Amino acid sequence: MRITVTVDGTTYTDEVEPRQLLVHHLRDTIGKTGTVVGCDTSNCGSCTVHLDGQSVKSCSVLAVQVDGAEITTVEGLARDGVLHPVQQAFHDNHALQCGFCTPGMIMQSIDLLADDPDPDEHAVRHGLEGNLCRCTGYQNIVRAVQDAASKLKPGATHLVGGE
Amino acid sequence: MTATAEPEVGKARLRKEDARLVTGRTRWTDNLTVPGLLHLAFLRSPVAHARITSIDVEAARRKPGVVAVFTGADIADAQGSLPCAWPVTADQKAPQAPSLAVDQVNFAGEAVAVVVARGKAQAHDALEAIDVDYDELPVVLDLTAAVADDSPLVHPDLGTNSSAHWVFDSAEAGTGGDVEQAIAEAEVLVERTYRQQRLIPAFMEPRSVLVDPTGEQTTVWSATQIPHILRLMLALTTGTPEHKLRVIAPDVGGGFGGKLQVTPEEVVALVVATRLGKPVKWTESRSESLLSAHHGRDQVQKLTLAARRDGTVTGLKVELLADMGAYLRLVSPGVPILGAFMFNAIYKFPAYRFACTNVFTTKTPTDAYRGAGRPEATYAIERLMDELAAELGRDPIELREQNWIKHDEFPFTTVCGLEYDTGNYEAATARAKEMFGYDELRAEQRERRERGDSVQLGIGTSTFTEMCGLAPSRVLGSLSYGAGGWEHAAIRMLPSGKVEVVTGSSAHGQGHETAWSQIVADQLGVPFEDVEVLHGDTQSSPRGLDTYGSRSLTVGAMAVLKAGEKVIRKARRIAAHMMECAEDDLEFAAGKFTVKGTERATALTDVALAVFAAHDLPDGVEPSLDSEATFDPENFSFPHGTHLCAVDVDTETGFVKIRKYVCVDDVGVVVNPIIVEGQVHGGLAQGLAQALYEEAVHDESGTLTTGTLADYLIPSAVDLPHFDTDRTETPATSNQLGVKGVGEAGTIASTPAVVNAVVDAVRHFGVNDIQMPCTPMRVWTAINGGPTDAGGLGSEAGGGLGSIDTSGGAA
Repeated sequence: MRITVTVDGTTYTDEVEPRQLLVHHLRDTIGKTGTVVGCDTSNCGSCTVHLDGQSVKSCSVLAVQVDGAEITTVEGLARDGVLHPVQQAFHDNHALQCGFCTPGMIMQSIDLLADDPDPDEHAVRHGLEGNLCRCTGYQNIVRAVQDAASKLKPGATHLVGGE
Repeated sequence: MTATAEPEVGKARLRKEDARLVTGRTRWTDNLTVPGLLHLAFLRSPVAHARITSIDVEAARRKPGVVAVFTGADIADAQGSLPCAWPVTADQKAPQAPSLAVDQVNFAGEAVAVVVARGKAQAHDALEAIDVDYDELPVVLDLTAAVADDSPLVHPDLGTNSSAHWVFDSAEAGTGGDVEQAIAEAEVLVERTYRQQRLIPAFMEPRSVLVDPTGEQTTVWSATQIPHILRLMLALTTGTPEHKLRVIAPDVGGGFGGKLQVTPEEVVALVVATRLGKPVKWTESRSESLLSAHHGRDQVQKLTLAARRDGTVTGLKVELLADMGAYLRLVSPGVPILGAFMFNAIYKFPAYRFACTNVFTTKTPTDAYRGAGRPEATYAIERLMDELAAELGRDPIELREQNWIKHDEFPFTTVCGLEYDTGNYEAATARAKEMFGYDELRAEQRERRERGDSVQLGIGTSTFTEMCGLAPSRVLGSLSYGAGGWEHAAIRMLPSGKVEVVTGSSAHGQGHETAWSQIVADQLGVPFEDVEVLHGDTQSSPRGLDTYGSRSLTVGAMAVLKAGEKVIRKARRIAAHMMECAEDDLEFAAGKFTVKGTERATALTDVALAVFAAHDLPDGVEPSLDSEATFDPENFSFPHGTHLCAVDVDTETGFVKIRKYVCVDDVGVVVNPIIVEGQVHGGLAQGLAQALYEEAVHDESGTLTTGTLADYLIPSAVDLPHFDTDRTETPATSNQLGVKGVGEAGTIASTPAVVNAVVDAVRHFGVNDIQMPCTPMRVWTAINGGPTDAGGLGSEAGGGLGSIDTSGGAA
């Protein structure tokens, strides 16, 4: 099947197998290897991207389902070399170690902040429940999300969602 | 111009590594591709123990996109036997370990055939067309039953399921008394059997390997912790000349010991790529990873602690059964032995005996997982100390203090013969109790107990130490390990004043690029940003023993420091020549050689430029400042700390909620406090997960029932508490940096703190043990008088997060 999808601002038209998962389309066809695969049961959230502004696990979406859609991956967040506030907050708060879960964590955190711009610790932990990290014990991730929230408050120039 | 204003070491530097990781500009092995790349898929045995009577791959060979299919028989002459580098005893029994099974499978998940295809999906599709006939053999699952005389054998040709029996006895070693005498004379005996459940390292990045045989050297990219060891072992295993192999560990997404391995898939990828003359790649699925990558822990611990009525410990006897699984992998036999020297922990036991039997079962092989032998030991002794306190009606911390090594008794030679260089258990404990509000929580516990609150408060303690910084080569030699414990580094002074640091350490999340830069910036007086750290490629960092065992800072960074000293020594002679003075007249500080008592100075970076030009060097001096060093530590390092955990246990549901977790760790001098704190957090998470959530479960036919992340319960952000951490600092004297290592401390310390807290919460119901993970079902059963200890209640997949049925799912 032929699909057209806009990824990080660039439009791609490709033939895809009906069974092709979005994450494999992103990685293997389009070359967006910043988005990674960590499991095969949609538990880990490493492959989280934004589909028309909402976070999805791209292992649980078929490529054919995103025909005509707009996708943002971790590679499309920075603007003119300036990190998205959530990316910056992950760096500033040492919220990553090996960094494998980080793209998914960042994409989910942005979505979480779009729904709840000022989450308490409990809300952050529940908002990230579908994303697993094996390195950090989550504490600095929680801190990073709250730090980003404070920097994204009204007056901040960066749009939540990155779209 | 190059002096740094304040020391880099000790500064909370944000990590250099992050820039690429937060933007997705990553080099995971699975991201890589080369022209003409073919893909591998492995067919794995669905049964745990069977003879392979036939394999028919003809139909698979005809499937679309398939280039070749190989069975074990097809590559038997090339695949060799997977290496085990640690024969713990001279008479250790070790089976042949083919990467692809040839005529028998010994665990469910063992690879029996490999498909090579143009596309990854095509390779997987073709697996279905392979027809294997298995003639099933009896499975061997239970450790205790496996060593009984009438047990079926995993490897009948070995004549036994017992691989090795390893003993340390303080009376025989001359380091202490006779434990049997201590037991005979004991006023109090605490006898327990604890189960260390089987765990799965479960790094987030699935393993992946890409082999390109088309160059003069064959290049192997692998998601490995050990590129240097892997190169040597691939060469020895397959007969490939070592100098014709280059191994690269690009970005590696976690390891925790799980990527300290020479895997069947790496060997098969090399053999197949070489045979076809074409590049191949394999990336595992999560299910494959959980099923076939090595597991960890899995011991039965029979323990006897002898003490006097006044609480003084007099002897400790440890008898272990350690599950090797179906084969001996790279360091499988040595993992429980690493715990041999840690059961006595921080306590002054006068007599000690440790005996471990390594046992074969028809399960996934075990090997290193974060802590490797030391968490098992720490769990046992810290649980026993709580049990002794309960037996004697004493406060568990006070009882520990009565028996631990006091701060003015260091250096202290233990009953195992190890010399602990420094420590201050009193200081860490005092700080932890203060942060925890220990006395207040004990008061609340009493009040709630008297009131009969349905949610009971429990308080658990763990005053741990560990031995890390692996390791002095001569000690490894005495333990029959197949290699040394040194590490290598080199420093290259570039003409423009920048510095390249080459390290044999192989980071996979630890932040070495940042920490090594801080150390070198201080030592050479160059800006942090001007240091580039090169690692993980046998071509750019040609020697090394890689990253595991909390060794990178204590050994790897020490090698960097030694290389830096050589750079300064070489530069001093040239600087003296440049400034026409004697070498002895120069002092080096903040990147400059200054003529003592004058303002005359030359920067190290200026010397580097002069050396590059080489127009005017002293006679006989080579035009290079570049230096390398290999550092072999003289002793282990001994981080320690006090961990306190408060849990609320719902006695009506058995649900455990961690209310407060405080730890005060002493890891010696700290290079970067944010990296240290991050390591502690991550370590705690894995230790807590063992206590409450994780267990690899095999059913009665030997099938892994926790083969997905829906069943194997890695905790999410919701399942873990906020950690209150702090540090005390007694510098190590065993290395110049004063560092002790922090990679494993949190994991080693935390598990018994949590279980002690859970047991403490329900002890008044007559409970003195609950098998890990302390699932609601197990806790509830314990409260209601059911079996709880080793050999008790069965395991259930997915049970750790609150479900009470066997189908999984979190409450």
